[in-house]
Amino acid sequence: MLIDPGNFTPGFSLTGGLVIGAAAAVLILFNGRIAGISGIFGGLLNWPRDDVNWRLAFLVGLVGAPVIAGLLGKSAQAEIEASWGAILAAGFLVGIGTRYASGCTSGHGVCGLSRGSVRSLVATATFMATGFLTVFVQRHLLGG
Amino acid sequence: MADVKTTLIAPVIALLAGLLFGVGLMVSGMANPAKVLSFLDLTGRWDPSLAFVMAGAIAVGSLAFFAARRHDRSFLGLPMQLPVSTAITPRLVLGSAAFGIGWGLAGFCPGPALVALGAGYPKAVGFVAAMVAGMAVFELIERAKAATQHA
Repeated sequence: MLIDPGNFTPGFSLTGGLVIGAAAAVLILFNGRIAGISGIFGGLLNWPRDDVNWRLAFLVGLVGAPVIAGLLGKSAQAEIEASWGAILAAGFLVGIGTRYASGCTSGHGVCGLSRGSVRSLVATATFMATGFLTVFVQRHLLGG
Repeated sequence: MADVKTTLIAPVIALLAGLLFGVGLMVSGMANPAKVLSFLDLTGRWDPSLAFVMAGAIAVGSLAFFAARRHDRSFLGLPMQLPVSTAITPRLVLGSAAFGIGWGLAGFCPGPALVALGAGYPKAVGFVAAMVAGMAVFELIERAKAATQHA
Protein backbone atom coordinates (compact mmCIF):
# COMPACT_ATOMS: atom_id res chain seq x y z
CA MET A 1 0.00 0.00 0.00
CA LEU A 2 1.51 3.30 -1.18
CA ILE A 3 0.19 6.49 0.35
CA ASP A 4 0.05 9.38 -2.11
CA PRO A 5 1.61 12.30 -0.20
CA GLY A 6 0.76 14.83 -2.92
CA ASN A 7 -3.00 14.41 -2.58
CA PHE A 8 -3.39 13.33 1.07
CA THR A 9 -5.14 16.14 2.98
CA PRO A 10 -5.50 14.94 6.60
CA GLY A 11 -6.08 18.43 8.05
CA PHE A 12 -8.74 19.61 5.62
CA SER A 13 -10.43 16.21 5.55
CA LEU A 14 -10.58 15.91 9.35
CA THR A 15 -11.88 19.50 9.59
CA GLY A 16 -14.49 18.88 6.88
CA GLY A 17 -15.48 15.69 8.70
CA LEU A 18 -16.02 17.62 11.94
CA VAL A 19 -18.27 20.05 10.03
CA ILE A 20 -20.24 17.15 8.50
CA GLY A 21 -20.64 15.69 12.00
CA ALA A 22 -21.84 19.09 13.25
CA ALA A 23 -24.45 19.19 10.46
CA ALA A 24 -25.72 15.74 11.47
CA ALA A 25 -25.72 16.88 15.13
CA VAL A 26 -27.83 19.96 14.33
CA LEU A 27 -30.40 17.92 12.39
CA ILE A 28 -30.86 15.22 15.06
CA LEU A 29 -30.74 17.51 18.12
CA PHE A 30 -33.04 20.25 16.77
CA ASN A 31 -35.28 18.40 14.31
CA GLY A 32 -35.00 14.82 15.57
CA ARG A 33 -34.08 13.61 12.09
CA ILE A 34 -31.20 11.57 10.65
CA ALA A 35 -28.93 13.36 8.16
CA GLY A 36 -29.10 10.63 5.53
CA ILE A 37 -28.98 12.17 2.07
CA SER A 38 -30.45 9.22 0.14
CA GLY A 39 -33.36 8.95 2.59
CA ILE A 40 -34.07 12.69 2.70
CA PHE A 41 -33.91 12.89 -1.11
CA GLY A 42 -35.48 9.55 -2.01
CA GLY A 43 -38.27 10.02 0.54
CA LEU A 44 -39.57 12.88 -1.60
CA LEU A 45 -40.42 10.36 -4.32
CA ASN A 46 -42.72 8.56 -1.90
CA TRP A 47 -45.55 11.06 -2.10
CA PRO A 48 -47.91 12.28 -0.82
CA ARG A 49 -46.21 12.97 2.50
CA ASP A 50 -46.55 15.73 5.06
CA ASP A 51 -42.88 16.42 5.78
CA VAL A 52 -41.75 17.81 2.43
CA ASN A 53 -40.66 21.22 3.78
CA TRP A 54 -37.65 20.29 5.86
CA ARG A 55 -36.46 17.75 3.27
CA LEU A 56 -36.51 20.34 0.48
CA ALA A 57 -34.89 22.93 2.76
CA PHE A 58 -32.02 20.56 3.64
CA LEU A 59 -31.43 19.76 -0.04
CA VAL A 60 -31.53 23.46 -0.98
CA GLY A 61 -28.82 24.07 1.63
CA LEU A 62 -26.70 21.19 0.33
CA VAL A 63 -26.97 22.25 -3.33
CA GLY A 64 -26.69 25.92 -2.34
CA ALA A 65 -23.42 25.51 -0.42
CA PRO A 66 -21.22 25.50 -3.58
CA VAL A 67 -23.31 28.35 -5.04
CA ILE A 68 -22.59 30.52 -1.99
CA ALA A 69 -18.94 29.41 -2.00
CA GLY A 70 -18.77 30.45 -5.66
CA LEU A 71 -20.13 33.91 -4.83
CA LEU A 72 -17.38 34.20 -2.20
CA GLY A 73 -14.77 33.31 -4.82
CA LYS A 74 -14.20 29.70 -3.70
CA SER A 75 -14.97 27.03 -6.29
CA ALA A 76 -16.01 23.50 -5.42
CA GLN A 77 -13.62 21.47 -7.55
CA ALA A 78 -14.85 18.17 -8.97
CA GLU A 79 -12.68 16.13 -11.33
CA ILE A 80 -15.06 13.65 -12.93
CA GLU A 81 -13.09 10.99 -14.81
CA ALA A 82 -15.94 8.57 -15.52
CA SER A 83 -17.49 8.42 -19.00
CA TRP A 84 -21.10 9.50 -19.54
CA GLY A 85 -22.15 5.85 -19.78
CA ALA A 86 -20.45 5.01 -16.49
CA ILE A 87 -21.93 8.12 -14.83
CA LEU A 88 -25.49 7.16 -15.79
CA ALA A 89 -25.06 3.49 -14.79
CA ALA A 90 -23.45 4.57 -11.52
CA GLY A 91 -26.21 7.06 -10.71
CA PHE A 92 -28.88 4.42 -11.27
CA LEU A 93 -27.08 1.85 -9.08
CA VAL A 94 -26.53 4.43 -6.32
CA GLY A 95 -30.20 5.47 -6.47
CA ILE A 96 -31.77 2.01 -6.31
CA GLY A 97 -29.07 0.54 -4.07
CA THR A 98 -29.25 3.20 -1.36
CA ARG A 99 -33.05 2.96 -1.24
CA TYR A 100 -33.00 -0.83 -0.80
CA ALA A 101 -30.25 -0.45 1.78
CA SER A 102 -32.17 2.38 3.52
CA GLY A 103 -29.06 4.54 3.56
CA CYS A 104 -25.79 5.67 2.04
CA THR A 105 -22.45 7.08 3.21
CA SER A 106 -24.20 9.68 5.38
CA GLY A 107 -27.12 7.72 6.85
CA HIS A 108 -25.27 4.45 7.47
CA GLY A 109 -21.64 5.62 7.30
CA VAL A 110 -21.77 8.78 9.42
CA CYS A 111 -25.01 8.63 11.44
CA GLY A 112 -25.30 4.84 11.76
CA LEU A 113 -21.71 4.31 12.87
CA SER A 114 -22.09 7.26 15.28
CA ARG A 115 -25.06 5.44 16.83
CA GLY A 116 -23.06 2.24 17.10
CA SER A 117 -25.52 0.41 14.82
CA VAL A 118 -24.37 -3.05 13.73
CA ARG A 119 -26.83 -2.92 10.83
CA SER A 120 -25.17 0.27 9.57
CA LEU A 121 -21.73 -1.27 10.09
CA VAL A 122 -22.73 -4.20 7.85
CA ALA A 123 -24.07 -1.76 5.22
CA THR A 124 -20.93 0.40 5.36
CA ALA A 125 -18.57 -2.59 5.19
CA THR A 126 -20.53 -3.91 2.20
CA PHE A 127 -20.54 -0.73 0.10
CA MET A 128 -16.88 -0.07 0.98
CA ALA A 129 -16.01 -3.61 -0.11
CA THR A 130 -17.82 -3.43 -3.46
CA GLY A 131 -16.46 0.10 -3.96
CA PHE A 132 -12.87 -1.12 -3.44
CA LEU A 133 -13.54 -4.10 -5.70
CA THR A 134 -15.10 -2.01 -8.49
CA VAL A 135 -12.13 0.38 -8.59
CA PHE A 136 -9.68 -2.55 -8.49
CA VAL A 137 -11.39 -4.30 -11.41
CA GLN A 138 -11.72 -1.10 -13.41
CA ARG A 139 -8.23 0.34 -12.85
CA HIS A 140 -6.06 -2.76 -12.42
CA LEU A 141 -7.78 -5.66 -14.19
CA LEU A 142 -9.42 -3.83 -17.10
CA GLY A 143 -6.72 -1.18 -17.05
CA GLY A 144 -8.67 1.87 -17.06
CA MET B 1 -52.64 21.43 13.16
CA ALA B 2 -49.31 22.44 11.76
CA ASP B 3 -47.54 24.94 13.97
CA VAL B 4 -44.74 27.40 13.39
CA LYS B 5 -42.13 24.89 14.58
CA THR B 6 -42.80 22.31 11.88
CA THR B 7 -43.72 24.73 9.10
CA LEU B 8 -41.02 27.35 9.63
CA ILE B 9 -38.35 26.76 12.27
CA ALA B 10 -37.59 23.11 11.46
CA PRO B 11 -37.12 23.85 7.72
CA VAL B 12 -34.83 26.81 8.54
CA ILE B 13 -32.72 24.56 10.80
CA ALA B 14 -32.71 21.91 8.05
CA LEU B 15 -31.54 24.52 5.53
CA LEU B 16 -28.65 25.47 7.82
CA ALA B 17 -27.80 21.79 8.43
CA GLY B 18 -27.78 21.18 4.66
CA LEU B 19 -25.52 24.18 4.09
CA LEU B 20 -23.17 23.00 6.83
CA PHE B 21 -23.15 19.49 5.36
CA GLY B 22 -22.28 20.89 1.93
CA VAL B 23 -19.52 23.08 3.35
CA GLY B 24 -18.11 20.05 5.18
CA LEU B 25 -18.09 18.01 1.97
CA MET B 26 -16.29 20.80 0.10
CA VAL B 27 -13.70 21.47 2.84
CA SER B 28 -13.01 17.74 3.22
CA GLY B 29 -12.39 17.32 -0.53
CA MET B 30 -15.14 14.69 -0.80
CA ALA B 31 -17.14 16.70 -3.35
CA ASN B 32 -14.36 15.73 -5.78
CA PRO B 33 -14.92 12.20 -7.18
CA ALA B 34 -11.24 11.85 -8.13
CA LYS B 35 -10.33 12.11 -4.44
CA VAL B 36 -12.95 9.54 -3.42
CA LEU B 37 -11.71 7.14 -6.12
CA SER B 38 -8.13 7.62 -4.85
CA PHE B 39 -9.36 6.38 -1.48
CA LEU B 40 -11.13 3.40 -3.06
CA ASP B 41 -7.99 2.53 -5.07
CA LEU B 42 -6.24 0.58 -2.30
CA THR B 43 -3.60 -0.92 -4.59
CA GLY B 44 -2.84 2.31 -6.45
CA ARG B 45 -1.46 5.60 -5.11
CA TRP B 46 -3.68 5.54 -2.04
CA ASP B 47 -5.19 8.71 -0.56
CA PRO B 48 -6.48 7.91 2.97
CA SER B 49 -8.28 11.29 3.30
CA LEU B 50 -11.80 9.78 3.30
CA ALA B 51 -10.98 7.84 6.47
CA PHE B 52 -10.12 11.15 8.17
CA VAL B 53 -13.44 12.63 7.05
CA MET B 54 -15.30 9.67 8.58
CA ALA B 55 -13.26 9.91 11.79
CA GLY B 56 -14.06 13.62 12.20
CA ALA B 57 -17.75 13.17 11.39
CA ILE B 58 -18.16 10.19 13.72
CA ALA B 59 -16.30 11.96 16.55
CA VAL B 60 -18.89 14.75 16.58
CA GLY B 61 -21.79 12.51 15.54
CA SER B 62 -21.29 10.00 18.34
CA LEU B 63 -21.55 12.79 20.95
CA ALA B 64 -24.74 14.09 19.31
CA PHE B 65 -26.39 10.66 19.07
CA PHE B 66 -25.34 9.83 22.63
CA ALA B 67 -27.34 12.88 23.73
CA ALA B 68 -30.19 12.19 21.28
CA ARG B 69 -30.71 8.65 22.62
CA ARG B 70 -31.46 10.03 26.09
CA HIS B 71 -34.35 12.21 24.94
CA ASP B 72 -37.79 11.56 23.42
CA ARG B 73 -37.99 15.07 21.98
CA SER B 74 -35.61 17.36 20.10
CA PHE B 75 -34.73 20.93 21.18
CA LEU B 76 -37.70 22.05 19.06
CA GLY B 77 -39.96 19.57 20.83
CA LEU B 78 -40.25 17.33 17.77
CA PRO B 79 -40.17 13.53 18.16
CA MET B 80 -36.65 12.08 18.16
CA GLN B 81 -36.87 9.78 15.12
CA LEU B 82 -33.97 7.39 15.61
CA PRO B 83 -33.95 4.27 13.38
CA VAL B 84 -35.36 1.22 15.13
CA SER B 85 -34.48 -1.52 12.65
CA THR B 86 -31.56 -3.76 13.58
CA ALA B 87 -32.25 -6.54 11.07
CA ILE B 88 -29.47 -7.60 8.70
CA THR B 89 -31.53 -8.44 5.62
CA PRO B 90 -30.72 -9.43 2.01
CA ARG B 91 -32.18 -6.04 0.98
CA LEU B 92 -29.64 -4.26 3.19
CA VAL B 93 -26.66 -6.24 1.92
CA LEU B 94 -27.60 -6.42 -1.78
CA GLY B 95 -28.68 -2.77 -1.84
CA SER B 96 -25.41 -1.69 -0.21
CA ALA B 97 -23.46 -3.89 -2.65
CA ALA B 98 -25.17 -2.22 -5.65
CA PHE B 99 -24.58 1.20 -4.14
CA GLY B 100 -20.87 0.44 -3.67
CA ILE B 101 -20.50 -0.61 -7.31
CA GLY B 102 -22.05 2.67 -8.46
CA TRP B 103 -19.89 4.59 -5.97
CA GLY B 104 -16.77 2.90 -7.33
CA LEU B 105 -17.74 3.51 -10.96
CA ALA B 106 -18.21 7.26 -10.62
CA GLY B 107 -16.71 8.30 -7.27
CA PHE B 108 -20.02 9.93 -6.35
CA CYS B 109 -22.36 9.09 -3.49
CA PRO B 110 -25.60 11.11 -3.05
CA GLY B 111 -24.29 14.06 -0.96
CA PRO B 112 -21.21 14.91 -3.04
CA ALA B 113 -23.20 14.46 -6.27
CA LEU B 114 -25.70 17.12 -5.10
CA VAL B 115 -22.84 19.47 -4.14
CA ALA B 116 -21.19 18.99 -7.57
CA LEU B 117 -24.61 19.57 -9.15
CA GLY B 118 -24.84 22.88 -7.29
CA ALA B 119 -21.37 23.74 -8.57
CA GLY B 120 -22.73 23.28 -12.10
CA TYR B 121 -20.93 20.16 -13.38
CA PRO B 122 -23.01 18.63 -16.23
CA LYS B 123 -21.93 15.07 -15.33
CA ALA B 124 -23.14 15.63 -11.76
CA VAL B 125 -26.51 16.68 -13.17
CA GLY B 126 -26.56 13.47 -15.25
CA PHE B 127 -25.57 11.38 -12.22
CA VAL B 128 -28.35 12.89 -10.07
CA ALA B 129 -30.92 12.39 -12.86
CA ALA B 130 -29.93 8.70 -13.11
CA MET B 131 -30.01 8.46 -9.29
CA VAL B 132 -33.58 9.81 -9.26
CA ALA B 133 -34.48 7.19 -11.89
CA GLY B 134 -33.01 4.44 -9.68
CA MET B 135 -34.91 5.72 -6.64
CA ALA B 136 -38.11 5.97 -8.70
CA VAL B 137 -37.75 2.34 -9.83
CA PHE B 138 -37.45 1.36 -6.16
CA GLU B 139 -40.67 3.27 -5.34
CA LEU B 140 -42.54 1.69 -8.26
CA ILE B 141 -41.45 -1.84 -7.31
CA GLU B 142 -42.37 -1.27 -3.66
CA ARG B 143 -45.78 0.16 -4.62
CA ALA B 144 -46.49 -2.73 -6.99
CA LYS B 145 -45.57 -5.17 -4.20
CA ALA B 146 -47.82 -3.40 -1.71
CA ALA B 147 -50.67 -3.40 -4.24
CA THR B 148 -50.44 -7.15 -4.90
CA GLN B 149 -50.29 -7.86 -1.17
CA HIS B 150 -53.48 -5.90 -0.59
CA ALA B 151 -55.30 -7.39 -3.59
